[in-house]
Amino acid sequence: MSYMNQSQPNTHQPYANAYQHDGKSAETRNLKPGELSTGTTIMAIPFENGVVLGADSRVSTGTYVANRVSDKVAQLHDRIWCCRSGSAADTQALTDYVRHYLSQLAIETGRAPTVKTAAHLMRRLCYENKDNLMAGVIVGGWDPVEKGSVYNIPLGGTCIKMPFAIGGSGSTYIYGLVDSLYKEGMGEEEAKQLVKKSISHAMARDGSSGGVIRTVVVKEDGNTREYIPGNELPFGP
Amino acid sequence: MSLSLASGGSTRAASSSVTAATERTRRPIVTGTSVLAIKYAGGVMMTADTLCSYGSMAKYKDARRLQSINPKTLIGGGGEYSDFQAITELLKRNALEDKCTADSLYDEDASEECAREVWNYLRAVMYNRRNKMNPLWNDVIVAGFSAQGEPFLGFVDKIGTTYEDNIVATGFGSYLALPILREKYREDLTEGEARALLEDCMRVLFYRDCRALNKIQIAKVTKEDGVLISEPYEIETDWTSASFVVPKGALDGDGGW
Repeated sequence: MSYMNQSQPNTHQPYANAYQHDGKSAETRNLKPGELSTGTTIMAIPFENGVVLGADSRVSTGTYVANRVSDKVAQLHDRIWCCRSGSAADTQALTDYVRHYLSQLAIETGRAPTVKTAAHLMRRLCYENKDNLMAGVIVGGWDPVEKGSVYNIPLGGTCIKMPFAIGGSGSTYIYGLVDSLYKEGMGEEEAKQLVKKSISHAMARDGSSGGVIRTVVVKEDGNTREYIPGNELPFGP
Repeated sequence: MSLSLASGGSTRAASSSVTAATERTRRPIVTGTSVLAIKYAGGVMMTADTLCSYGSMAKYKDARRLQSINPKTLIGGGGEYSDFQAITELLKRNALEDKCTADSLYDEDASEECAREVWNYLRAVMYNRRNKMNPLWNDVIVAGFSAQGEPFLGFVDKIGTTYEDNIVATGFGSYLALPILREKYREDLTEGEARALLEDCMRVLFYRDCRALNKIQIAKVTKEDGVLISEPYEIETDWTSASFVVPKGALDGDGGW
């Protein structure tokens, strides 16, 4: 056996499959040079009669902030919204497709699509194109069947209904906070405060999140948008 | 293991045969971002934020990136924070030695290195490390007065490039702040004007640099008072422009970008 042979000089040979880090960070490694990323913090919490969705507003190319006031909460249908994270281009394209299909579906069926349908449409696109996309999406909204519901669709195209969802690079910093503060059966105001507080905390620690917080409250009777400027955050940057 | 900064770090090739034959330059882990400096009527002023990032994480929010070396010289550093701390320690040690071995206990001016001398020495240190392919991963600004008593501002980077000017900046500041500083620079800037100018630039950097913080320190070097470094304080930011508030993600919007 080769290892019995002691004639090799006593120099350390690096293991053939030793892990070498290439210096790229996790959230930007799949982006092409110059591609925009919504390295971001997004969040959605359903409450009794609706959903609160929230996001930061920083869009970065590398370490340059390309847009400090972007709008990452996009509308898919009258009462269905999604929060976008990952490549800005990919998520915009996905949003456009889902909007198109949902509006078609609404005409064909004669009624508003459910959040579940929207989420699964998004999942189909994310899953079938998983090799070419870098998109993490949270779909949330109100429909007559489930009332408020939230679906998390991370990289790869998993679609999973959740009691609350956080996503984006900044979400890693607030898992503990949200786990400790989230309670079942929160009301609208409580859910909104939790979203704002958590996103502020994530923005305070994540370099790829920042700017302002945009929230949307989706209920049966309408959508209410709110804008929290960067100097009035519940927790400072 | 060698403790001398300029000798290239631990004596790698000589240390055991267990380590690989060649050591490459490492990548920075804990990093500071821009430092800006400008000459004004009374001396020199420098500013930096108090953030050290751990990759993309804003980990250390009260890091001090402006350090006084001797009563006449101030340095500010961006890049790897541990290397900056090592540089600070080295320069302060030199200053202490100078003080203790001075010809006279009272003649302080003669024994203190002026800023230009510190800058030159630092150039040698950085270039020497660069030659060993093991740089101190920093961009440093040296501020103070030259031996002739003129305000001095010098820049040294991790490969030993140096230059001096009336306005210097490192990192993102060299792209975003330098043009602003160059437009507004005058030889007779008052202290208030210089400070407002630097704060404006730090505000722009906070908006546009992912690794910046809105908590900053300002330091000045003057003939009368020597080096004065402020406590960290927050700068104001503005998010109220109408076009910011208007959301773009609705069905009839442009997609939200």
